[in-house]
Parts: sequence; structure tokens; C-alpha cells
Amino acid sequence: MPVFIIRRLLQSIVALLVMSALIFVGVFAIGNPIDILINPQADQAEIARATAALGLDKPMWIQYWDFLRHALSGDLGRSFSQNIPAVQLIFERMPATLELALCAMLFAILLGIPLGLVAGMKPDAWFSKAIMAGSILGFSLPTFWVGLMMIMVFSVSLGWLPSTGRGHTTLLLGVPVSFLNWDGLTHIMMPALNLALFKLSLLIRLTRAGTREAMLQDYVKFARAKGLSMRRIVGVHVLKNILIPIVTVIGLEFGSLIAFAIVTETIFAWPGMGKLLIDSINVLDRPVIVAYVLIIVCMFVAINLLVDILYSLLDPRVRLAEARA
Amino acid sequence: MIARLLSACALLAVCMSSVTIADAAELVIALGADVTSIDPHNNNAAPNNSIAEQIFNKLIENDARQNPQPGLAESWRTVDDLTWEFKLRRGVKFHDGSDFTAADVAYSIERPGIINTPGGFTIYTRSIIEKTIVDPYTIRLKTATPYPNLPTDMAGLIIVSSKAARGATNADFDSGKATIGTGPWKFVRYAKGDRIELARNDNYWGPKPVWDKVTFRLITSDPSRIAALLSGDVQMIEVVPTADFAKLKSNKDITVFTTISNRMIHLHLDSNRDKSPFVTDKAGKPLEKNPFKDARVRKAISKAINRNAIVERVMEGLAIPAGQLMPEGFFGVSPNLKPEPFDPDGAKKLLAEAGYPDGFGITLHGPNNRYVNDDQIVQAVAQMLTRVGIVTKVETLPFSVYVSRANKVEFSAALLGWGVTTGEATYPLRSLIATYNQAKGLGTWNWGRYSNPPMDGLLEQALATVDNAKREKLLQQATELVINDTGLIPLHYQVNTWAARKGLTYAPRTDERTYAHEVRPAP
Repeated sequence: MPVFIIRRLLQSIVALLVMSALIFVGVFAIGNPIDILINPQADQAEIARATAALGLDKPMWIQYWDFLRHALSGDLGRSFSQNIPAVQLIFERMPATLELALCAMLFAILLGIPLGLVAGMKPDAWFSKAIMAGSILGFSLPTFWVGLMMIMVFSVSLGWLPSTGRGHTTLLLGVPVSFLNWDGLTHIMMPALNLALFKLSLLIRLTRAGTREAMLQDYVKFARAKGLSMRRIVGVHVLKNILIPIVTVIGLEFGSLIAFAIVTETIFAWPGMGKLLIDSINVLDRPVIVAYVLIIVCMFVAINLLVDILYSLLDPRVRLAEARA
Repeated sequence: MIARLLSACALLAVCMSSVTIADAAELVIALGADVTSIDPHNNNAAPNNSIAEQIFNKLIENDARQNPQPGLAESWRTVDDLTWEFKLRRGVKFHDGSDFTAADVAYSIERPGIINTPGGFTIYTRSIIEKTIVDPYTIRLKTATPYPNLPTDMAGLIIVSSKAARGATNADFDSGKATIGTGPWKFVRYAKGDRIELARNDNYWGPKPVWDKVTFRLITSDPSRIAALLSGDVQMIEVVPTADFAKLKSNKDITVFTTISNRMIHLHLDSNRDKSPFVTDKAGKPLEKNPFKDARVRKAISKAINRNAIVERVMEGLAIPAGQLMPEGFFGVSPNLKPEPFDPDGAKKLLAEAGYPDGFGITLHGPNNRYVNDDQIVQAVAQMLTRVGIVTKVETLPFSVYVSRANKVEFSAALLGWGVTTGEATYPLRSLIATYNQAKGLGTWNWGRYSNPPMDGLLEQALATVDNAKREKLLQQATELVINDTGLIPLHYQVNTWAARKGLTYAPRTDERTYAHEVRPAP
């Protein structure tokens, strides 16, 4: 196990280096941040001063070398446009995105797995067909469209839920969260459901396929022959057996929920990291873009590690030391 | 398309909704662009300035038409050609109760040069070589050369409290610790990417706001902003998308407000090089000669463009055809210039005279996420040019890519929008038209590298003329020289839009600012 974890960490350092270099070159190729950031009233002298102030007058490889040196001491640079350390900027926004992604994942798991089980056990019933049809819609409708339609129906027409924004926040262990009070809950409901829709459909289909396969297995037949109740067969034996692919997918999808909640955050004016990333890309705020991607890479590495460990707990046949990630 | 669909639903929805204006004591406004900092000297960007100007004041404030009005300075005059004197308003108090004096002005002029930020405010302070505090309510500012634009510059510089702001960081302003101004609103809270909350300053020296509290929500997605207004979550929005404007206007629960913008959309033509990268013959082979060097070709392009069609079709009526650099009423606007009439036959004739009876080919470049309907404008212009024989291809790019390439003069024909934040003509002339000159800081945005030495002479003279009437005459002449020589091709002025729930009024502004204290219950 320790060897496995150490190997994983080494691999992730390589991933971080490659990603940072790619983004550096990428943003460099797009354009000059000064051209966008500077007030149009500035003349050439002022532009030169600002370019020097941000260190953009140096050759790219020197800028990258400077970045690496500072990164080793934990400093990923200051945002060009906001003059605040990029990491601080991202961590300020992270709780909002995390709670949105968590709520969305909860929606997806609590609805997706039961619905998938139902659809898998009685594939020919009308409600199973309805569930599957619904999951196709969830797959194929674009997130931003569904989000807008939800706003139109629940906020503009019915007036039940606030249209956009994050509600009142309270502190939980020093982190501002909004799901602990009613106002916050009403605000998070729609964006979370919107974000969950795709994952929900995914989980329904995955669970259904797994269930259908498992129901034909010998151990299920044997359990039935033994006279076990249906509840015990499904709840213990089937579920445990189909859970491994589901846990993998949930893990990976949770990462992508956090990293790419951008569309939902934009539609619902949710002050999370995704919106920060989009705003930063628009003004070529390189330190923020680089820091964001590096943090996301770290997160994926951590989630993958966690999934692998969960694996070994769910299925004792999997041994981590032998796994080659 | 989505927007249209949305507004169709919206109309339906409004019949069912029963939202009324919330408690008159609190106002919620949705802004269309992100505010990145509360520090008023951090980044000279319009969304930041708009918020700062409600918490702080400037020596000179602009009214809704961008005419200078007394702010923290009651009057100003030149003592001699090199010295400006500002008489300050007495009895003004900062939000922390301390008195506003000349020391605060002196510090506010120093501060942009001390803090190190990209979009700095030193452009407003660099001409000042000496500050003399005559008494607590009189300050004299000395410049190296005669500098008539100092009052204009002072209309761009926020005055902070020398006590609260000294040594303060960006974070101190974002948290409110250093955000001590003299303006109509006191700072309450700033949640990045989400909202800004302000409370009324009951000791404000000017007309007090009618609202106890105002919240600015940052909703950058257009359809979401409109939904927030329709659902009553916010009472007013800025930047109404053109596609939704008509629907909102016909909605009986909504009032819309418009005024002409200081932003002029125009084309730059590569008019100084012998060869231009994106000019070809009709078969697509590069041309040996650059046709844009010929003023007749530039004029022909201007004549070939049907500005009324662009305004009516592309902009859905939310623009005004432009014939010069700034709309009527701004300082230096020439009464003799009208928008170039649409005249395709005249254009063809001019092209033939210039030696291009069969036309030629160009690629027209433009941004696709910067100005209202920018990519559609470029397409419309391309079709119009093709009809007079200039076969035009279109390439649009995200602004972040576009502006860097355009600044390197990589294009032959390029679209740009210019907001005249100063409200007077030296700014567009100096930036867009003057011959590119690194040392003098001229022609910074002259993407066509157009050069007109007589115009440069007039501009330089104007920049050193303190007498207002004389300077205005010079600026008018300079503008006429440029437009008659087609140094750039004005297309239209944008129109600024706001929409509010019924029962509110707003005095719309040319400078795109959204001021909460200018929002009032309708009489």
C-alpha cells in the first residue's frame, strides 16, 4: 500500500509539471494579457511600465523558470487583474463550488441508484421504461438550456425559487456554506439539480445494466432458492457486486463536477471557481489559470487514489500493491 | 436564438407572475460585468470604476451626458499656463467622520504611482510635477507643459482618505477596512463574483439616495440577468441584450431606459504600408500595392456601407449611425460632419478612379465577444463591401486573441469600439488617429497606422491650448481633417440600455455607469 501511494505521488508530480508547462505555453500563444488589462487611455510608456510590473517583458522560458522557483515555495503567483495571490483567490471560491458539486452528487446518487435498481429489476414495467426515457433526456439535453428552462418555470412563472445567486451563508468549521439554512437551500436547489442531471442519468443507466446482469447470476438464483427475501438479495448481494464500477464512475465524475461546473455556475450566477476560471481566461489572467489547473490536477490525483483505496475495501480480491495506475 | 426563446417564455410568464417592487427601502440591481476589486486605484476598468464612484468622489464629477460638474472641488481655474488651482468643498466628511481636506487630494494623486498594478491610474496623475497645499481647502497642481486636460484627468481619479488608505492593501479595500469614501454610499460587503452591498451615507454632501440599502448582484449571463428581473429577484438590470429589448419594452411590468453611448464602433484600414497582409486580388493572390493608401479607396468603403441597415437589422434599432468620433454634445464634435450616406454607385466610381474598377479582395477581422453584436456587424459590412466589388472574407476571434494581434498591426481591416470616457475629442484623436509615436505616446491604438501630419499639428496645438473655445475649434478642425480623409470609418454609436420593474426611474448615462443613487421611485 505505501509503495503504491508513493508511486502515485511521483506520477502526479510529473503530471503537474507537464500541465503547468502546457498552460504556460498555451496562454502565451493566445495573446498578451497587458493588451486586455490596460486601460485604453494608457500610452506606450505606461504599457511598458505595466508590462515590466507583471514581469511580462522577460522571455517566456525565464517567466516559466521564475514560476517554477516560486511554485516550489508554494507561491503560484498573483492574479494579474486582481493583484491577489491566485491560490487565495481560488480557495475563496472553492467552498461554493464544492458544496454545489456535493449537493449535485448527492442528488445523483440518492436518485440515480434506486431508480437504476428499479429499472434493472423490472425492465419491462412501464415505470422502468419511463425512467429510461427520462435518462435519455437527461443525457441529451444541453445543461445551459435545461438550466434556463428551470429558471423560467420555477422562478419566473411559479415564483417558487430564487432565479440566481448563492443564498445566505453560515460558517461550518470556519468555511462559509449555504446549505445549512433555508434561504441557502432554496438557492442551491436548482443549480444542484441542473448540475446533477447528466450524472443522474449516467448512474441510472450504469446501475440498471449492472442489476440486470447480476440478477441472472448463479449467486442470485442460489440466494432465491435459499429463500432469502428480495430486499436482502438486492440490498446486500446485488448492490455490493455492482457497486465497484459505480464507485469508480462516481469518483471520476465528482472530479469533473467540481472542475467543470462552469456552465451551471454561469447560468445561475453561482460565485464558484468555474466562473472565476472563465473570467480569468477572458482576460488571460495566466497565474489564476495555471493555479486553477494545477489544483484540479491535484484533486483528480487525490480522488483517483481514494477510489482505488475504496476498491480494495469493497472487493478484497483487489490488492493495491499490484495495481499499476 | 436562446434569448428569443427565453423572452417568448418570459412574456407568457409575466401574465402569471405577481411580483411587485420590493420594500422601497432596499434596491437590488444586477450588473452585467464582473467587479474584480474594490480598491479604486487597482484596475482602471469600467465595472470597478462604476462601483468605486458610488462609494468615493472625484474632484470633478461627470453628469449623465459626461459634462464636468463640481465634485469635491467647488471650482477650478488656471493660475498661470502651468498651474491649476482647485478650491475644495468645505464641510465634507468621510464615512468614518473625519474631515476631507487638501491632504487627501495630495495623497490620492500620489497613490496610483506608489501601488504597483497593471491597469493603473497614473495616466491621470503623470502630468503633475508638483502639488502645493495652499490651505486645507485649496490645492495647486503644477505641470511641466501647459496642460488643459487636467480637469478631465481629475474627473477620472478617485479621492481616497489619506488616513484610511495609507499603506492599505487590495485586501483591505475588499474587506472594507480601507474603503472609507465621501460618496453617497457606504461600503458594507463585497463577496467576490457574487455581490456588493452598500448602505446610504446619511451625511452625504450632495442629494442623498432614497434607498437605505443597495445590493449589486453580478450576473454576467444575459438570459439569467433578464430572468432575475422578470422573476423580481432584482429590480433593475443593466446591459439589456438587443435581441430581448423589444420584448422587455412591450412588457407592462418593465420600464426600459436608453441613451446614446460614448462608444463608437469603427473600422481601421491598414493605410500606411506598401503591402498589406490581408489584401489580395479577386483570385486570392496577394496584391503588390496596398489600395488602402489611397484615400479614394477608403472613402469608397465608407460609401459602400449602409449604416442604417446595420443599425436597423443587426442592432435592432439600438444604435445610431456615426459620422465622426463622438456623438453630439461632446467637447470637440464638429457640427459640419454627418454620417456618410449609403452610395454604392459612388463607391464603385471612386474605386474605378483609384484604379480598381473590378475591385479586389480583403479579409475583415473583428472580435466576437466584446461589443454588442460585433461578429454580426463584421459579417454585414463584408456583404456590403462584396456588393461593390471588394470581395470580403470574415474572420472573427475572441477579444483576448484579437486585440493582441491587432496591436501588432497584423490585420488589413479591423473593427474596434472606442468609448470616449473623457467626454472630449483629444482622447480618440490621440489614441486612434495620431501618427504612431512611441516617444510621445501617440497613436497607441492606431491599428491602421494612419498618418496625417496636418492633423498631428492641430492636435498637438490643441493639447497645449488652455483656452476652451480655441481648443474646441482646433479639435473640430482636426476631426474634420480625419473624417474627410477617411482616416478611420465610423459605423455607429452604441446605445446604453437599462431595464427596471415598473415604478422605478433611472437617468440613463452615456458612460454606461449604473449608479444606485440615480435610481428613484417613479413620480
